[in-house]
Parts: sequence; structure tokens; C-alpha cells
Amino acid sequence: MSKRFVNSKIQAIPPSGIRKFFDMAGSIPNVISLGIGEPDFVTPYKIRRAAIDSLLDGETQYTENAGLFSLRQEIAEYLLKRHDVRYNPKTEIMVTVGASEAIDLCFRAILEKGDEVILQDPGYISYAPCVTMCGGIPVNVKVNKQENFELRAEQIEKHITPKTKAILLSYPNNPTGSLISKASLEQIADLAQKHDLLIISDEIYNELVYDGKKQVSIASLPGMKERCVTINGFSKAFAMTGHRVGYMCAPEDITKAALKIHQFTVLCASRTAQTAALVALKDGKLDNYKEVEIMRESYNQRRRLMHKAFIKMGLECVEPQGAFYAFPSIVSTGLSSDEFCERLLKEESVVCVPGTAFGAGGEGHIRCCYATSIDKLKEAFARMERFILKLGGTA
Amino acid sequence: MSNIDYQILGLLKKDCRMPLEDIATMLNLSMTEVASHIDDMEKHGIILKYMPLINWDKTDKQFVEAFIEVKVTPQKEQGFDAMAKNIYQYDEVKSVFLVSGSFDLLILAEAPTLKELALFVSEKLSVLDTVTSTATSFVLKRYKQDGIIFEKHSSDKRLLISP
Repeated sequence: MSKRFVNSKIQAIPPSGIRKFFDMAGSIPNVISLGIGEPDFVTPYKIRRAAIDSLLDGETQYTENAGLFSLRQEIAEYLLKRHDVRYNPKTEIMVTVGASEAIDLCFRAILEKGDEVILQDPGYISYAPCVTMCGGIPVNVKVNKQENFELRAEQIEKHITPKTKAILLSYPNNPTGSLISKASLEQIADLAQKHDLLIISDEIYNELVYDGKKQVSIASLPGMKERCVTINGFSKAFAMTGHRVGYMCAPEDITKAALKIHQFTVLCASRTAQTAALVALKDGKLDNYKEVEIMRESYNQRRRLMHKAFIKMGLECVEPQGAFYAFPSIVSTGLSSDEFCERLLKEESVVCVPGTAFGAGGEGHIRCCYATSIDKLKEAFARMERFILKLGGTA
Repeated sequence: MSNIDYQILGLLKKDCRMPLEDIATMLNLSMTEVASHIDDMEKHGIILKYMPLINWDKTDKQFVEAFIEVKVTPQKEQGFDAMAKNIYQYDEVKSVFLVSGSFDLLILAEAPTLKELALFVSEKLSVLDTVTSTATSFVLKRYKQDGIIFEKHSSDKRLLISP
């Protein structure tokens, strides 16, 4: 009955596709989850210690709305050194409650009713609902494995209308594990300039790129900074998911607008977490981000293990290049993504996320996270192989 | 020692029964390459042995262990090495370290009973010419060894599924 109090726009948003599996998996013993979207490391000790010390020192007050200035300065320095983009910490950087808040703020700051935002399909689960909640219209552009799940300028252009306001990019990508080449970014940049569009670049996984590769930041391309919002955070690179610290870098007018919303809603990100994040960057630059490097190498080893295991069990799988996900195709089994994941969970107690949780374009795929112990990965692979054999499929 | 050697050691340290094939996959090498790196490290005495880490508390085996701090007078021209050699020849002695601080050698010794361990200290160790004093601390409980925590604890605090 209380339904009548709920806003109809919110009511109409479908629940996240992972919810169903979450409810199912909780009751299954000995379950191995490849459905997790966070590091399997705890936050490095020095960073945790900094949080504890900050509390002991009585640093329990609000910070500036935009976040500790010292943290914004460190972020500016980090972005310049590691990702070749120069942002002014006074006017162009704000600290948010995780990159998630930054995504929400960005849409709220820019979208008018009916504005269209181009998203890749499959893509991260929050983008489309956030656009919708702001009265915008998500426009999905399908990416496919033949093109390494890269969003292509020519595909985007087909979806551009007078209502298009922004293009959202997120590389390294969740769920596909793909990167985007500099050449493709340059074409998208040209397109944005030609049609006067904003680029929102979610770079939360930008430290998790393997084998010496690098993901170019689109804001570093000539003339692009003025039309880019760069979103990042500490969760993935520094294993700080629960601390909830992210940041948004944008031209001054957008930053001001986002800051207005931020100050009236959350006020500021947790001071404890901001202090921890400050140490993550300060310490990181002294030892060339050794902790990040150790974690990256560990993901890299498991990335190779998972990719090979999928190939061995007969699943087609583009080699993942970044983040910590593989996105194999399960088309050969004859099952839909949802059926595959549901049966795999019920019959072999392994959790994977159906590609369709990330959009209709994810049909035929499953997302598997390799940020889990080698023992568990091996056991999960054995169970999956048995499951596929039982299906009489391809293995 | 190459970077590859260190990477291989890193994986073997976690699980010395890890199949060559997995090591090769994880380090992007061929199995032959991995095998030859391991062979070399065995030949050079870098890898000495592959042993299980046993939680004896879960077995019926009765024995006692003690850390023994030993002060010695170093011998002319031989330093502490000769002394350590005298000590490590005993079966009771599981580990011997030369350490800095208020004593010289730290020994981990093991015997079936408290009495036998005490006898080892009083009749074998203390009587050595150069030993000037010993202090024995019996092991009561083992919490962590070689990086492995003995008590069962659930370390993964993550949600089963997250976006």
C-alpha cells in the first residue's frame, strides 16, 4: 500500500541484476564467488594506520566541502605525473564519497530533462539508473568482442541527436576488462568536438592495467580537458573500497555546480578516509607506488590463469587487459547468461554475474572476477569445467 | 637471480605444490623455462627443500618445543660458526640463528617430553665449553608461522557479489 508514496520514476527503475544472485548465493554452503567487484587485498597497512592515527589525533570534524586541500593537491600531482592531465586543485578537483558519488554528481550537474547520454552496453550498472534519475535518457551503444569491447566513434555517431549531451567512457572497463586505444580515443575526441559534447571518463581502474600497457586518459588529449569530466578514486588501486573516497576533476563551472549539490547533500567525504587517501598518494609517490605494483602483479598472474582456464574449458574469451574481470562468452553452451549463472550456482556453487546485469548487450557473456585466491580460482575452474561437460557442450 | 626467479619463489612460497603449468601460465613463461629456473635454484641451494607446514596441535603427537637463548664466547678465528655447528648437530635442535642483542644464538629445540628437553639443555648444551649461559622459553601456543595463521579465521570480509 505504501507504494503510492514512492516516486514513480524511481519505481520504474528495475532493480540491479545482481540482486537476485546475491539473495540466492547467501544460502549456499561452500560457495565460491567470482562475482565480487572489489580487490581481495585489505587496504595496505600504512594507509590503515593513517586512518587510525587521524582518529587518535582527534581529526573528527568536517573538512572543506571539496575535500582536504592537501588531498586535492596530491591528487593534482598524481594525475599530472601518472596520467598526464593537469588539474587545478583549487577550482577543478573535488573529493567525493567514492567515485560513485562523482558519477551521480556529474549527471546531476549537467543534465536537463530529456538530455541524452551515450553509454556503452554492456557497461557498469550505475550509469543508466543515474542518468534516468536525473531526468536524462541513457542511449546504449553496443560493444562486442570482435572489437575487444571498445566503443567506436562511428558507432557513437549513429546515436548522436540534437539532445545528446555527453558520452560516458569507462576504461579499463567493468565488466569486460577491456582498454581503449589512443587512436579510438582520438576519434571519439574529434566527435565530441565536432558535436560539442561532454566526455565523462570513469577511470577508477586506471592503475590496474597489465603487461606494461597504459590506458591513456582522454582529458590528456589536446583541447579535451575543457570538455572532460575525469572520475577516479582510491577503491581499486589502493584496495580502499569500504573507505569511500573518490574524486571528480572537471572544468571550473561543472565543478562549482557539482560542489553545490555535494555541499547540500553529503557535505564532505569522511575525514578519516580522506586522511588515509592522502597517505596513499603521499607514500605512493615516495616508493613509486610499490604497494599498487605488488597488487597489480598479483592480479596479473591470476588474470592469466583465468583466461587460460576459460580457453581450456572451451569458452571463447577475449584476453582481459585491465581491471580484474574476464568476460567470457557462454554462447557455446546454448544457455542464456542468466540461465548459465543460475544453474552454475545451483549445481556447482560458483557465483558469476550474468552479462545481462550490465545491459542487454551483455547477453551471451558472464563476468568473472579474478581477485580471489589461487586455490579458490582453481576450484571454481574445476567446478565450471565439470558443469560445462555435464551440459554436453563444447569442452 | 633474475626477476623471474623471485616471481617463481613468490608463488612456491605460497604453495610449493603448485603445478608447473600454473606457474608458467601466471608468469607468462613456458613450462620448460619454469622447470629450468627451479632446477637452477635447487642446484644453487636457493631452494633447499619443499616441506609441509603442519599444525601439530591438531594431531595426537605429544612433544615440547622451546626457544633457547644462548650466550657464547666466540672462538678465535672461527667466530660463532664453529659454535653454531656444535649446536646444530643435535637432533633436538630444529633451528639455530645468530642474532643481535643481549644474547648470541637463538635455538629452537624439540623433545618428546619436558624432562628430555630440560636434559638436553643441562647435559648437552650448557656443558659446551664456550656456552656461558642459556635461557629457555617453552612454546605454549603457536599462532602464526611462515606467514600462515594457524587459527581458522574467515579472512574474506567481502560481500559475495558486488557490482
